[in-house]
Amino acid sequence: MAATSSLKSVELRLPATTEQLARLDIGTVVYLTGRVYTAREGVYKRAVEDGVGLPAAPEQLGFANFHCSPAATLNRDGSATVGAVTATASFRFAKWLDGWFKLSRCNVILGKGGMTGEIYRRHFVPNGAVYLTTVGYGTGALLGRGIKRVAGTYWVEELGLAQAIWVLEVENFGPFLVDGDLAGNSLFERENAKIAPNIEKLYAGTKPAILRRYGESDDKTDEVI
Amino acid sequence: MIPITSLQQTAEALMAKAAIEIPDDYLGGLRACANTEKGDLSAFVIAAMLENYAAAKEDRRAMCGDTGLPRWYVKVGNEAQIEGGPIALEAALRRATANATRQVPLRPNRVHPLWRTDHNNNCGIGAPEIEYSFHPEADWIDLTTVHKGGLFGTDYRMLFPGDGIEGIKRFYLDTLIAFGRRGLACQPAIVGVGLGGSKDISMTLGKQAACLRIVGSRNPDAKIAALEEELKDLGNSIGMGAMGFMGSSMVVDCHIEVGYCHTGGMPMSVHMFCLSSRRASARVFSGGRAELRTDPEWFTDYMRRDTVDWEPARAEAAE
Repeated sequence: MAATSSLKSVELRLPATTEQLARLDIGTVVYLTGRVYTAREGVYKRAVEDGVGLPAAPEQLGFANFHCSPAATLNRDGSATVGAVTATASFRFAKWLDGWFKLSRCNVILGKGGMTGEIYRRHFVPNGAVYLTTVGYGTGALLGRGIKRVAGTYWVEELGLAQAIWVLEVENFGPFLVDGDLAGNSLFERENAKIAPNIEKLYAGTKPAILRRYGESDDKTDEVI
Repeated sequence: MIPITSLQQTAEALMAKAAIEIPDDYLGGLRACANTEKGDLSAFVIAAMLENYAAAKEDRRAMCGDTGLPRWYVKVGNEAQIEGGPIALEAALRRATANATRQVPLRPNRVHPLWRTDHNNNCGIGAPEIEYSFHPEADWIDLTTVHKGGLFGTDYRMLFPGDGIEGIKRFYLDTLIAFGRRGLACQPAIVGVGLGGSKDISMTLGKQAACLRIVGSRNPDAKIAALEEELKDLGNSIGMGAMGFMGSSMVVDCHIEVGYCHTGGMPMSVHMFCLSSRRASARVFSGGRAELRTDPEWFTDYMRRDTVDWEPARAEAAE
């Protein structure tokens, strides 16, 4: 367990019910027990865009999708050695989300850095899903400790080790922070708003660079994602 | 003669050490951040990271699941002789990278940019990168591996003399804020700034400033050293901490390296070496003995010389 803190901490058993997810406020610390699986752009493109579908029934994969490639190796006897695991930045995967939720029926997405509140409201809220972000980043060794077993791998041949689906049995797996709740609120956007007034002061009186760039915004409250 | 087996064994040891053990200088810098951080979310993140480093060491597992893009910096003594020559050395570094990927294990991050081919060993065209520098009157070779993340926290811009120091500060802030939001840069970071050089060297200098100088080190030019302090404080005054949450922990240290540039320009790069600032170095002596350390000692008087010929006496007088 992470160091003592004033933050609220919850242990969540997977698969999670909507009632359990409804109790997750943004900024809550979460530890997971149950089944999660990795899937990122390689899987999304193949499953959703190329129309291949899932390599196994959602019940076999679980309902918590981790945007991650583990530092892991497959041994000759078919077993796996998993070292550290950390998430990759989730904002890049927005375009596949709608099809992905329908196909996978996931209600927990784990990743790095969250997605925008707009995406939460458009894709997560209608599908009853929450977004949990890894902490750091990345607490790879702590998360690695939480993995008890590799329950299966899919598409290793097709996508390589990093992009393949790794189904993981986890116990006290974390820490994560709730970024997107069932109502579509975002912790990151709340924090951005708190920081914004100071940023305005920092830039006061400074001049933009002499040579501008296409697409450049001078609005410092903009995000780059 | 430096035996090639010693170089490969040392390189494999460095790969594991870099991936697993956070360097002491970065750890000290992060603890200093932890002591002053007032934001509860940012403080929680730093506490979790401190716990993570301990877990990585205890379990001998990589500290971060994204084990970055392993690369090599090689400093060759002028009198060093490598068994098999530079071709054998490059083969040894590639083998060490591939072996460590399987043994530690590391994440096989390296793929072809178009075909996404993954050899599952972090080797491929131009990978791992190997950069060289040289050192006078030495018969050893220094090997440094750096495992830096490869996606966020870096930017380049052509500034001009008219942009001045204010322009440098502004682009520095732009980069920190753009990539600091949501913690895409995985701050608090060692921020490296490359100033001058041609465009590619501006990028190279900034990256080396972030990855190859230890926390607390200062540029030998007193005015640049003062600017390093100023930029460090500026970054920590944004109001942003770990993961982009409210706080003050953005910059563990700021390092600036300069190179002479076009008379009309002032190219600048910014690089952020993250919460997993992974590097490890060793000196391999003639005969094969190796000494491991965490300071790459990359930037030397020789590296920063501004004269036509190497004049060691002048470099000493300048200190």
